[in-house]
Amino acid sequence: MAVPTLALPQKKNYINAGSGLKSWLLTTDHKRIAILYLISISIMFLLGGLMAALIRMELLTPAADLMGSDDYNRLFTSHGVVMIFGFLIPSIPAVLGNFLIPLMIGAKDLAFPRVNLLSWYIYMVAGVMVLWVLFNGGLDTGWTFYTPYSSSVSTSEVLPTTLAVFIMGFSSILTGLNFIVTIHTMRAPGMTWFRMPLFLWSMYATSLIMLLGTPVLGITMLLLFAERVFGVGIFDPALGGDPLLFQHFFWFYSHPAVYIMILPSMGVISEVIAAFTRKRIFGYRFVAFSSIAIAIFGFLVWAHHMFVAGMSIHAALIFSLLSYLVAIPSAIKVFNWSATLYKGSIQFSTPMLYAMGFLGLFTIGGLTGLFLSALALDVHVTDTYFVVAHFHFIMVGGAVMGYLAGLHFWWPKITGRMYSETWAKLAALITFIGFNVTFFPQFIVGFLGMPRRYHTYAPEFQVLNILSTAGASILAVGMILPIFYLTSSLWSGKRAGKNPWGAAGLEWETESPPPQFNFDETPVVTVGAYNYGPVEDKIG
Amino acid sequence: MGDIPLFPESASTASGQFDIMFFFMVFLAVFFTVLVAGAVIYFSFRYRRRSADEVPPQISGNTKLEVGLMVPLAGLALIAFTWNAVLYMNMWDPPDDAMEIYVAGKQWMWKMQHPDGQQEINTLHVPVDTPVKLLMTSQDVIHSFYVPAFRIKHDVLPGRYTTLWFEATDVGEYHLFCAEYCGTNHSRMIGQVIVLGQADYEEWLATAGSTGSPTTAGDSGMADSGGTVAPEAAGAQLYESLGCAGCHNGGVIGPALDGIFGEEVQLEGGGSATVDENYLRRSILQPNADIVAGYQPVMPTFEGQVDEDQLFQLIKYIESLSSDNAETEQ
Repeated sequence: MAVPTLALPQKKNYINAGSGLKSWLLTTDHKRIAILYLISISIMFLLGGLMAALIRMELLTPAADLMGSDDYNRLFTSHGVVMIFGFLIPSIPAVLGNFLIPLMIGAKDLAFPRVNLLSWYIYMVAGVMVLWVLFNGGLDTGWTFYTPYSSSVSTSEVLPTTLAVFIMGFSSILTGLNFIVTIHTMRAPGMTWFRMPLFLWSMYATSLIMLLGTPVLGITMLLLFAERVFGVGIFDPALGGDPLLFQHFFWFYSHPAVYIMILPSMGVISEVIAAFTRKRIFGYRFVAFSSIAIAIFGFLVWAHHMFVAGMSIHAALIFSLLSYLVAIPSAIKVFNWSATLYKGSIQFSTPMLYAMGFLGLFTIGGLTGLFLSALALDVHVTDTYFVVAHFHFIMVGGAVMGYLAGLHFWWPKITGRMYSETWAKLAALITFIGFNVTFFPQFIVGFLGMPRRYHTYAPEFQVLNILSTAGASILAVGMILPIFYLTSSLWSGKRAGKNPWGAAGLEWETESPPPQFNFDETPVVTVGAYNYGPVEDKIG
Repeated sequence: MGDIPLFPESASTASGQFDIMFFFMVFLAVFFTVLVAGAVIYFSFRYRRRSADEVPPQISGNTKLEVGLMVPLAGLALIAFTWNAVLYMNMWDPPDDAMEIYVAGKQWMWKMQHPDGQQEINTLHVPVDTPVKLLMTSQDVIHSFYVPAFRIKHDVLPGRYTTLWFEATDVGEYHLFCAEYCGTNHSRMIGQVIVLGQADYEEWLATAGSTGSPTTAGDSGMADSGGTVAPEAAGAQLYESLGCAGCHNGGVIGPALDGIFGEEVQLEGGGSATVDENYLRRSILQPNADIVAGYQPVMPTFEGQVDEDQLFQLIKYIESLSSDNAETEQ
């Protein structure tokens, strides 16, 4: 995708600043590192998607058709590990965040450019380990690694996978650290906190979670490693351990990790909605602080994954109540985005279509999240396809739609080229339809009682599974189309110019693609984000 | 195939209450989804860009509106929370007269034992309109006992007991699923709960000893713990053969066990504990963990000497000592 000879006779830019593989592999330019990430996570996404396709094909009928149960179990485990650790967690931060944070604050690069490159290499080492596991025995514990199955019983490749997840964590931690320091110390003159685009607030909140949460996952993986290798009794009751302890440790990271996946998307949506309504975001400070609130409250709700796990009832009551609390900042965001449309000048370009899809799907994902934090309701639907549907609404309907909105929005900036708007709109529409047909039936089949991670299932669940598989084939078309029209835009796309969307923001004031050091001279900021006109501030 | 099913069977006292609450939640979700989608679609038509140089009015926000919206939302959330909390607490609070069934999960099967000792595999016969309490444990990894038609589920853990209860309202056969991923044949760790009329259940109990007893138990590694002998009777024999009586009878070396079940005891080194299934389990396997105040840590562990079934029988025997006393006192 990244062709070094792209945009030939143009001005010097970050793409033609150096040539040859070495100039890419040893680069410290945040924009080039973003491209390295883009290529790596795209490969992960395609692999994860391929596994999803196989899963959906197997589930067409209640019986085992294509593979044995051991293979099926390895398949859904790998799908989860690859998509979550390989794609969703790095996706927007490592690609768009890397590319845009220095541009948006008017800086030449991130605070620690070499550390940034190191993050990518760490990610690659871990990524290769995950792929190695995939082709050498696989992992069958589910991406959640629940003990004592993972620590004492499973004969699959638990050790290399936990080690890979442990290593990958450092990539996350370093990226988060880099972003936090950059946003604190490298803002251009006049770029105050409340003049920052909301994308930066969400990246800042995300980085906080990466920095504070990921070490807990790393330690948990080490403890699991220690129990499996040395027989230290930590989680397995047969060794005197406590299996619930593992679940607490695991979700202490992995619930906030959901916000690592969704907060960056929320940031993208703010940028896209502002640009395609030509308006300030309604309630800027509410949206900004709601990101920070999500990052903080997100650390206090982990045990809502454990309402039937054997935890005390009193703990369950508290975690349920706190889970409702974390819904409030999300509700504030949805309200403010919708209110921004009011009296806007709405243009339905591709990024905006994805953003509107996000609004609908994230709302459903969020509301069904409240079903799951409701105690009695959770008892029936937890560990069923209802949960699968819910988190795909958040992670695909939310995170992936946000990522695609952002990729299409900033593609002209990243590559200097416009893609085919017709094909892109078509892909957005197909994705939206395919997504709903795939995942909405899963709410129903989960409510009917079909447990998740089932290779074979009761016959009455078949109709809804067929629907879901049919939807997945539509969704696959929507996901594959961008590979073609985005790639071909690199050669045949119209030149984008500095600001093809007429959007506000420092990144649109420099060339597309940006020069090696982003700005010819350091910008001075005198206005807040989304300066599309004088503020009237009247409702109605 | 055929019609698309939309609603699961409802066959317990809990499932009726659950469904009313569920409809309330669905109503709220649909209401807010329609509200957001409606606003987005309406604004999209009403405020679509009509000319390339259009500059819309800039509105920075409205704090009163934000707060004004959050307060009713928080109110609705509190209603949903409270309603669910009440139902949830009821789920773990079985009536005192509930019939108790012992459930052991194992990769990849369920074993059930009735109060009089009848055992079955992957099938559970219960009487209609009778509260049933399940005392559950696992012999290997975590499983989860899930009956969708009853809207109940709870994880089944190795090394401890968890409980669940239900009262079936309709005669019929219902799915039993393992809902916590447990390895290769997780999706085949399934069975049936068969709800019978009271008389049919009595009749089943009477014949179960000869025909209903598991034939596959030996092959599958589930220890067969003695046909239709009631667990407390088997426990009494174990109590003698393991030599428990030597120390516990009379309460000189170890605490007397008569009437101890369900009581609160003071522990050596401070604190107290309620003597329930999990406390007795720990006291047999790790006797030095929670010693009753006034006694020495002299009891050897029985870890490895008693299996899951025998442990359960011993506990039921100790429990029976308490109910006998209660009866004589009355």
